[in-house]
Amino acid sequence: MNRVLPQVTGTPRILLGGLALAFLGIAVTFVLDPYRNYQLAIVAAYFCATAGLSVLVGLTGQLSLGHAALMAAGGYGYALAASLVDGMADGGPGTSGDEGTSVVRVLAGLAGAVVVSGVLGLLLGLAGARLRGPYLAGLTLALVIALPAVTAVLRGVLGGDQGLRAPYEDVPPALERLVALEQWHAWIAILAASVAATGLVLLRRSRAGLQMRAVHGDETAARLSGVPAGRVKVVAFVASAVSAGLGGAVLCLVTQSVSPGAYSLAFSLLLVVAAVVGGLGSLGGAAVGSAVVVLLPWLIESVTTALDLPADLQQRLSGNLAVLVFGALLVVVTLAWPGGAAGALAARRAARSQQPPLTER
Amino acid sequence: MDRLVFLLATGVARGAVFALFALSLVIVWRAARVVNFAQGAMAVVAVFVAFGVTAATGSYWLGLGSALLTGAVLGVVVERGVMNHVPAGNPLPGMIVAIGLVMVLQSGLGMLFGPQHRPMAAPFDERPFQVGGVPVLSPYDVFVLVVAVVVMGVLALLFTRTSLGLQLRASAFAPEVSRLLGVRVPRMLTIGWVLSSAVAALAALLLVPTELGLNAHSADMLFVHAFTVAVVGGLDSPVGALLGGLVVGVLMTLVTGYLGATVAPVAVLVLLATVLLVRPAGIFAAIEARQA
Repeated sequence: MNRVLPQVTGTPRILLGGLALAFLGIAVTFVLDPYRNYQLAIVAAYFCATAGLSVLVGLTGQLSLGHAALMAAGGYGYALAASLVDGMADGGPGTSGDEGTSVVRVLAGLAGAVVVSGVLGLLLGLAGARLRGPYLAGLTLALVIALPAVTAVLRGVLGGDQGLRAPYEDVPPALERLVALEQWHAWIAILAASVAATGLVLLRRSRAGLQMRAVHGDETAARLSGVPAGRVKVVAFVASAVSAGLGGAVLCLVTQSVSPGAYSLAFSLLLVVAAVVGGLGSLGGAAVGSAVVVLLPWLIESVTTALDLPADLQQRLSGNLAVLVFGALLVVVTLAWPGGAAGALAARRAARSQQPPLTER
Repeated sequence: MDRLVFLLATGVARGAVFALFALSLVIVWRAARVVNFAQGAMAVVAVFVAFGVTAATGSYWLGLGSALLTGAVLGVVVERGVMNHVPAGNPLPGMIVAIGLVMVLQSGLGMLFGPQHRPMAAPFDERPFQVGGVPVLSPYDVFVLVVAVVVMGVLALLFTRTSLGLQLRASAFAPEVSRLLGVRVPRMLTIGWVLSSAVAALAALLLVPTELGLNAHSADMLFVHAFTVAVVGGLDSPVGALLGGLVVGVLMTLVTGYLGATVAPVAVLVLLATVLLVRPAGIFAAIEARQA
């Protein structure tokens, strides 16, 4: 990997890498059809959340089952902020289809998502800093199960079971001839994902990242060496939550709505599957994992539809078969390849680069 | 006032089930240092078997026996087949594998039985007795309370008064020393899983007739409640599980009764967060080790 531009190192290299990947992603959208671009946007949204979760679990060992709730927080933050900007623009002279307002609206929405998911992440992180092992997992599990109830209690703001609608984001007039709607959404999703990923990479290789690994390795020893273990865990959780919130915001932008039904426990567990299958702590692995959890259900659905099964059986298999496969993957990967896809790849690379054994002297 | 009495009584019955399920979590935590996130899904499998047996034979008691048996067998299968191969020393892989089991079991049940809720009949009347014109407990609630108290008593006797219980406790607290003294530690681990999973199956079987009906996700909320109970009581303390169960059961019933069912999950979340922030290892937990 170090063969390209070896003179650029450190933070500039990471920023450049993030930019290059974003451009690569945007270039790819030109060869995909609209439905593939839609799937790409969804994968990018899932990637934001999975990357946050993967870094959190891999670096600090804190297992969160509530990242779906953090995504939902991002989605609600986006919908509230974007609708607010929309309302102000409607009152003013400009129309809501204006290119300027559209950009402001998306940016305000993303900022809203960052704030709301960041605050929720801070609260959870403060709890998580005091908890170990199963307790944090249980608390986040309770959070994601309570999500529909929370939206029902705050019906006035969050719209209850119906959720909120987000403003429709059309392609800006300047790009209308060049890109389709799905492609434009994929661009936004890719940009958000690359911002999230770059931030996480920078965090991982910073001083804080080193401290996170120290706390994960042995919390007592880390504390004795002067690492503020609690603060380190909180920082990790907030970063992870903001990344998940960006994912939720993208999902809200693409689907134009956010509702508690979409962010169920099953979805939260799906994110865990993506993070584990890709390899905990690895961002490349998170990309692989999120592609797997988006594409595999779709593949299975296509196959079962093509098989021409009886309607009753098809209805039972729908959804369940994918979850069965994911659950089995989770068990098998954890037992057989604890590093996930990224770990398996790294092991192969290490084996290949190793010197051949000295058999003849 | 009548309403309060009724809710308190129902809350105690509901709390007994929570306590029973929480006790199953405590047993497996003490034996294997694993919070079994799959406990709810495993219990629902057992309840489905009981449902089938009751439907085939017409006897609730055969169903109850088959649920206990299925729970025990599932305990062996999960421990020997899966959990035994999980690397020790770090709680993370165990939790992740348990979550994988939840997904496999629930989706498997969903494929076999579909998404609908199947109503399950209680063996006794569910209309409450009137005491001085005030509705209190139904015969079924009394049955649940009696079963819970008997099971807890038997477990307490087993753990404190028998040689097997002593071996179970010894291998949980000091596996190396126990092995040197001739205790078959792996077997004790399996027995811990069997006990835990059978008790969980019983708790789920007692709960389902009072709820919407039987479905792959019937025990999801029970697991969350029981986890809350186990945390309130401390995962290491059976007495804590009992008291925590009663507290959570009464609290949830009061919240549901006065504020509505939609608020109940929020109340669980608030209670869990409060307890965890004030006493991170639960109210009845002893201090394990200094953390610097």
